[in-house]
Amino acid sequence: MQENLAKFCPGCGYPITLMMMNKTLEKLGLQKQAVLGLDIGCALLAWNYLPINTFQTHHGRVVPTMMGFKRARNNSVCFALVGDGGAYAIGLQSLIHAAKRDEPITVIVTNNTVYGMTGGQTAPTTLHGQITPTSPEGNIEEPFFGPELLKDIVKPGAFLARTAVNEVKQLQDYLEKAIQTQQAGHFSLVEVLSFCPTNWKTVGVDTINKLNGLKETFKLGEIEF
Amino acid sequence: MQENNKKLMHGYDVVLQACHDADVQSMFGYPITPTCEILSGWMASGKKCLQTEDEIAAGFAVCGAVLAGEKSFTASSGPGHILLQDSFSMAEAMRLPAVLIIGQRGGPSSGTVIYSQQEVILACFGGNGEGLRLVYSPSSLDELYLLTRQAFNDAWQYRFPAVVLTDGYMLKTRQAVDLSVYKDLENIPAHTLVQEGKIVHWPNIYTLEEELNDELSRAKEDFDKVGEEIAKAEIYNTDEAEYLIIAHGIVGSVAKMAVDQLREQNIKVGLFRPVTLRPFPKKQLDNLFVKNNVKKIVVVESSFGQLARLVRDHLAPEIDVSFEYLQKPGLGIEVEEVIEAVGYMT
Repeated sequence: MQENLAKFCPGCGYPITLMMMNKTLEKLGLQKQAVLGLDIGCALLAWNYLPINTFQTHHGRVVPTMMGFKRARNNSVCFALVGDGGAYAIGLQSLIHAAKRDEPITVIVTNNTVYGMTGGQTAPTTLHGQITPTSPEGNIEEPFFGPELLKDIVKPGAFLARTAVNEVKQLQDYLEKAIQTQQAGHFSLVEVLSFCPTNWKTVGVDTINKLNGLKETFKLGEIEF
Repeated sequence: MQENNKKLMHGYDVVLQACHDADVQSMFGYPITPTCEILSGWMASGKKCLQTEDEIAAGFAVCGAVLAGEKSFTASSGPGHILLQDSFSMAEAMRLPAVLIIGQRGGPSSGTVIYSQQEVILACFGGNGEGLRLVYSPSSLDELYLLTRQAFNDAWQYRFPAVVLTDGYMLKTRQAVDLSVYKDLENIPAHTLVQEGKIVHWPNIYTLEEELNDELSRAKEDFDKVGEEIAKAEIYNTDEAEYLIIAHGIVGSVAKMAVDQLREQNIKVGLFRPVTLRPFPKKQLDNLFVKNNVKKIVVVESSFGQLARLVRDHLAPEIDVSFEYLQKPGLGIEVEEVIEAVGYMT
């Protein structure tokens, strides 16, 4: 199913999200129409991973790029794959406005509470007290809840949800709903809690425990609005 | 009796007409003086148009639209032009035929709102790259029309992003123009860069330094080839010229009038007006020194030497000539000022 070997770190959660996305497209018979735009961050490593049209953009800029693509070709199925920093920090302005305008694209946000590619710095999603290279004394801020922020902004018909890479059934279910939402002409965003053993500095079961622990702060499920 | 097809048009209407005639399908933009009328005019035309949250989104949406195979553009100025360098840098890397209409305003910062020639270096070399983009500088409303048409054609034919670099004076000028003479101009059609059933895996970030270097070397080679074909200058009254005025855009028009009047005073002066700033018409400039005994180049511009920098960069090093400058950043330049400056030198 995959086109090339994954370039992600061992234990990374991204390949799970990508494989489930591709599986869902296969199930819906939409691989040909699918276009995967990648933000810069670990998402960029997916550039030749799947047998679907894929291109890289800039950090924080995948949402407006895919909006432009979708507006030019409305029968395409457009994905913006982005990290928590790209979505909720540098690209937040575009994300909020895309949600507000109900742009029919699907945004998949990987939330691993850090900037993975650059070495684990504090992200908008970093937990209070979490130690990172840019919060050596522990993060003084509370984390950012993206889907919850957008619930007062989106239009009826949009889809907002949060799941995790070790909840594959729910992940696939939400991806399917997100695609159907896009095809019905509405905005969709799925936040996926994901592993980052490299920057969490965890191995084995500790990585899984850490991810499961995140679910206490970031509640899984569809966001009602 | 000859038919009169002249119409009274603003510069922004000329741009809109050119985009319409170039079969442009969409615009993404953010309001900023002096280019607002392009955004509102395109909106009023009923074609696809979106007022975005900022110029960053506008530029990337244009990139997305051209990736999908649509002719698309944005228009901006000054601080908005700075924000557009983010997306233009991507367009340069991926060789996306994005088109940008710039109405220069005064700078730095928010500066003034109508006129300057201070966005030359930004348009030509903005971004963290090598300036592999096409930049056109029109000096009249007719040329504004032609170069806007050409920007879309060249961008789609050669796959480089293109900038029509004008200013607010030009966009807000109202003149009688006859665009019917250009009715036979042909369009290079858009083509789909990312299409169904033909999978592309398209990076713009590389693991190895060598990969990037290879990619850039290929692009540079293409850019140099394109330069042979499209680099263009207006060369006026340079026979036996001892003085050569170099100016671009509307200052180029002013300088041309000054040349006529100076020649009446028997001062041997000519004009070199680059029409394309990128690629720069280097050969055309160097050739002027083969035939003539030019003693002095006088660069006239509404900036502290942005055009002069391009000229000095491109002039063949073996050409022995001295430079004088008339520089008025952010200010319009009158014919009399050019005459006085050149007259004083002679």
